[in-house]
Amino acid sequence: MDVFSDPANLQLYIDGFLMILKLTGASSLLALVLGLLLAACRVAPVPVLRAFGAGWVHLFRNTPLTLVILFCYFGLYSAVGVEFSEDIHVNNYWLAVVGLSAYTAAFVCEAIRSGINTVPLGQAEAARALGLTFTQNLRLIILPQAMRSVVAPLGSILIALTKNATIAGVIGVAEASNAMKGLIEARGDQTIAIFLVFALTFVALLVPVGYGFTALANRLMVRR
Amino acid sequence: MSHEPLIVLDAVNKWFGDLHVLREVSLTVDRGEVVVVIGPSGSGKSTLCRAINRLETINSGSIRFDGKELPAEGRALARLRSEVGMVFQSFNLFAHMSILENVMLGPVKVRKESKAVTRERALSLLDRVGIASQADKLPVQLSGGQQQRAAIARALAMQPKAMLFDEPTSALDPEMVGEVLDVMTSLAKEGMTMIVVTHEMGFARAAADRVAFMADGQLVEQAPPAEFFGNPRSERARDFLSKVLQH
Repeated sequence: MDVFSDPANLQLYIDGFLMILKLTGASSLLALVLGLLLAACRVAPVPVLRAFGAGWVHLFRNTPLTLVILFCYFGLYSAVGVEFSEDIHVNNYWLAVVGLSAYTAAFVCEAIRSGINTVPLGQAEAARALGLTFTQNLRLIILPQAMRSVVAPLGSILIALTKNATIAGVIGVAEASNAMKGLIEARGDQTIAIFLVFALTFVALLVPVGYGFTALANRLMVRR
Repeated sequence: MSHEPLIVLDAVNKWFGDLHVLREVSLTVDRGEVVVVIGPSGSGKSTLCRAINRLETINSGSIRFDGKELPAEGRALARLRSEVGMVFQSFNLFAHMSILENVMLGPVKVRKESKAVTRERALSLLDRVGIASQADKLPVQLSGGQQQRAAIARALAMQPKAMLFDEPTSALDPEMVGEVLDVMTSLAKEGMTMIVVTHEMGFARAAADRVAFMADGQLVEQAPPAEFFGNPRSERARDFLSKVLQH
């Protein structure tokens, strides 16, 4: 284990996981907002919006994340010229966030849509009968109930996203798996130990997330 | 009664696929009138009720409310619905909100009324239907009868021009039917325009100005309750009444 007693190596390890947290934080917020909008599209009374929502889900849910991230770099940045920052590291970070968000939003959308299906039809009918518009109905009646029933699946999506954030490494973002690769290349004699430390750090970070979301789901459950 | 028509259905037809659920239904309800719709299951009573605020669309014919054709969709339809109170068989109280929030939602969000004013009106409506003490509870904590009375208060909070009741007591335990019918009877006495789809013959006798009898999607006959129950004209109605009144 003396590989981590070298301050430079320890810093590499810490920075790698901080980057994972930064990627996860930004991407989860963006994916949640985008997923909500996509779910609203998928149940909208406007066919064009429904088609847009369905198209997004089919495209991103069925494309490997590595391809999505590589496209963000080679397609969005190199070919199309989308640039978030002059600083290559900052730019790559945001390109990865875009890819992770677009990909994860497809899963968030489908989770929320399945949550919408758990809300009895009578709830929406009563809201319509009161004179609420479609957006009010969705915002005040349907989504608040749907979201409570998808807390647990959203927790699973967040856990998956945290692990998926390592794929940002393919476009050079200095996240945990890149750090691990670097350390293993430098200290081939401690491969197993290095691997275990990184793996167990992920486990230690994510087990509480799983329990937390389960507890939250139970507390927020809508009783009927 | 003023004989000023509020709800006018003219030759309404509705199909569910091949099933012709409303056949050339024409019905006029005057302001302040209470019309009770009865008939066997599957006769189209509920569909008729739901068509009036366009929870069901119709295939042909026309429905006018307060002199205007029902809007097809959008804000105009939402506005119309806000003027027509609806009470459902399964209550449909918003499960994630307290009883008070349920009653306040419409006035605050649809009418943009102030919370303070709405709150006062909501509490007095809950008091009127006898569940003021339950205001802060969630729907699931109330009995069926209490939930249905809350649903009536929610509809009344919009100060509707008419109330539609779609089998309001059919999902209730027998001992709770009375408390809901009492509220409806007092509403009827105060001059609310009501269309009530029900199997409660006692309520029809006591509170209706007119009974409309439906069978197989047709409005077979309409008459004041004494006349309808005492001397039904159609064979279909005689047959129905002989079955429901025997027990």
